[in-house]
Amino acid sequence: MPHGTFLRFIFPSLAAMILFIALPIISIAIQSLYVEHEQVLIVTENCGPFGCTPSTTIDQQATQALRDAEPLGRFNGLGTYTNRSHLAFAEVSAAWAASDGIGDFLGRLMNLPFYKALAFTLSYTAIVTPLVLILGLMIALAVNALPKMVKGPTIFFTLLPMIVTPLIASLILFWMIDARGIIGASLQNLTGDPNLSLKASPTLTWITLFVYGVWHSAPFAFIVFYAGLQTVSEETLEAAMIDGASRWQRVRHVTLPHLMPLVIFITLIQLMDNFRVFEPIVGFSAEANATSLSWIIFDDLRNEAGALFGSAAATSVLTIIGVAILLTPVVIRTWRDFNRKRV
Amino acid sequence: MAARAQQRSTTLVTLSTIFIIVWLIVAAFPFLWTLWGSFKVQGDFFSKADWTNALYGTRTQAETGSPFTLQAYAGAWVEEEFWRAALNTMIVVIAVVIISLTFGTLGGYALARSGYRYAFWLLMAALIFRAMPHITLVSGYLLPFFEWGVWGSLSTAIIVLVAINQPFTLWMLHSFFLNIPKDLDESAMVDGCTRFQAFRHVIVPVMWPGVITTGLFSFLLAYNDFTVTALLLSQQNHTMVPKIASFLGSVQVEGNVMFAVASVVSATAPLFLLVMFFQRQIVSGLTAGAVKG
Repeated sequence: MPHGTFLRFIFPSLAAMILFIALPIISIAIQSLYVEHEQVLIVTENCGPFGCTPSTTIDQQATQALRDAEPLGRFNGLGTYTNRSHLAFAEVSAAWAASDGIGDFLGRLMNLPFYKALAFTLSYTAIVTPLVLILGLMIALAVNALPKMVKGPTIFFTLLPMIVTPLIASLILFWMIDARGIIGASLQNLTGDPNLSLKASPTLTWITLFVYGVWHSAPFAFIVFYAGLQTVSEETLEAAMIDGASRWQRVRHVTLPHLMPLVIFITLIQLMDNFRVFEPIVGFSAEANATSLSWIIFDDLRNEAGALFGSAAATSVLTIIGVAILLTPVVIRTWRDFNRKRV
Repeated sequence: MAARAQQRSTTLVTLSTIFIIVWLIVAAFPFLWTLWGSFKVQGDFFSKADWTNALYGTRTQAETGSPFTLQAYAGAWVEEEFWRAALNTMIVVIAVVIISLTFGTLGGYALARSGYRYAFWLLMAALIFRAMPHITLVSGYLLPFFEWGVWGSLSTAIIVLVAINQPFTLWMLHSFFLNIPKDLDESAMVDGCTRFQAFRHVIVPVMWPGVITTGLFSFLLAYNDFTVTALLLSQQNHTMVPKIASFLGSVQVEGNVMFAVASVVSATAPLFLLVMFFQRQIVSGLTAGAVKG
């Protein structure tokens, strides 16, 4: 296809992506260098019969005028990146100096909002992704063995956790684990602890969110694996059987190698999606015990005293750097494959 | 031999059946439970005394004289004007699906037919764009959109959702168009069609299966979005998902939780129907991208 025709065909799509994905990334890079204007203060002396007292008031008009004139705020350089709510260099080195041992240091680090969110985001990504792969594969193998009649309805119910809006699905589970809901009340009965609450302790909240994540994403892995299983060669399986391979050996040495490309595909998609975990934290109202990078950006933008654009932008830039690190191996791999194909 | 290869031991069949039954309960029970509970009063849905009250509707019976009540739905749809949010969702979703598919088919077709190296790089860029957390993009939009005075309107959210949706749409339609033989449109061009005419008269009639599958996923993205709609839409333009989230702000008010429950069920119902009718397309769509690499 000639370059001109190609450009004409791709133009609407490309324009949309440049305007609303590429430019916003530049926009946050710029915004992250600025912070909101401070309020303009007026110091006046109130003189009464007992002498003068200075009092400070906010000049609303001047503040508003300043904000209208320079909506970006004032230039702050990399100040936002290093302050307490982001990389917090000063606090980290202070914690390092004061702490005795690595455990204590990590404990202190968890008091800093950025590191707390980073810790949860990374744990969520690292724990949910492999569990989704395992559970998805198990469901796929089990469904594949079912009689044809019940396959359809089984797939229908299996897809539900993935299809339903993440916020809605997490709300539904949140209501069920409430101490007055069915799961919460049953757990209290089972453990015999009337004060047990999945919402109170950080550990239990993290586990709840992980369980939600696996529940939500396993159907995706299932459906991909299930499709892959339909194309496993029957002849190879039979050949393996004649050679005396046991059932497990057939799964291990024939089916799994066949599914390997799918494992990479699911892992890639899951890494992307889990790294931006956000809705479950809103749905489970878990912000006291677990925050994610996406959630702290949302929180900055939702700030009651006015959105903290600079702060949100700095976290966004750091998040994008995280995504870039996560994706580098994939891009390198694809690049190698591409070159190999060309040769 | 084929039959032997399929044969399984009884223990394995039993184990795998038990496993699948447990999974089905885990997957489906929360939705059925919430559907059932949405016809109760809050005292039953969150029962302090005994969770079985939610099954039999003891308090609902006492308060309304019948074990089922539509109070929650009436409150959500009429009192809290949930119908407005449902209408907004409909507008946003339909517009997003139509525009994404128009852009996506043109772009996906071009990517599938161009033999140049930049097509590969465009696909890689799209993959990287796909990985961007939506909230980071939204934090890039907010300030400029405030300044230009386009914040809050439905059309802003629509075009942003279309753009966010493009990488996925491009990938999917690109791999779909690769499966349509090149000879088809090239022979039309030999017969004197321009590239666009060949696309319009030869490719468009055969592309619908792929377009419908991709459209389903665009629908899900627009319908399920919370990040973009919650931050870019003004209060009266809110779609269903941010509206449900806003019910929760005032949870303490008696009955308000039930509004949220009723709207959650209302918002889930269309998704149920969607899976029911388009299950095959969803399955084939998810696999199309994966199996072919």
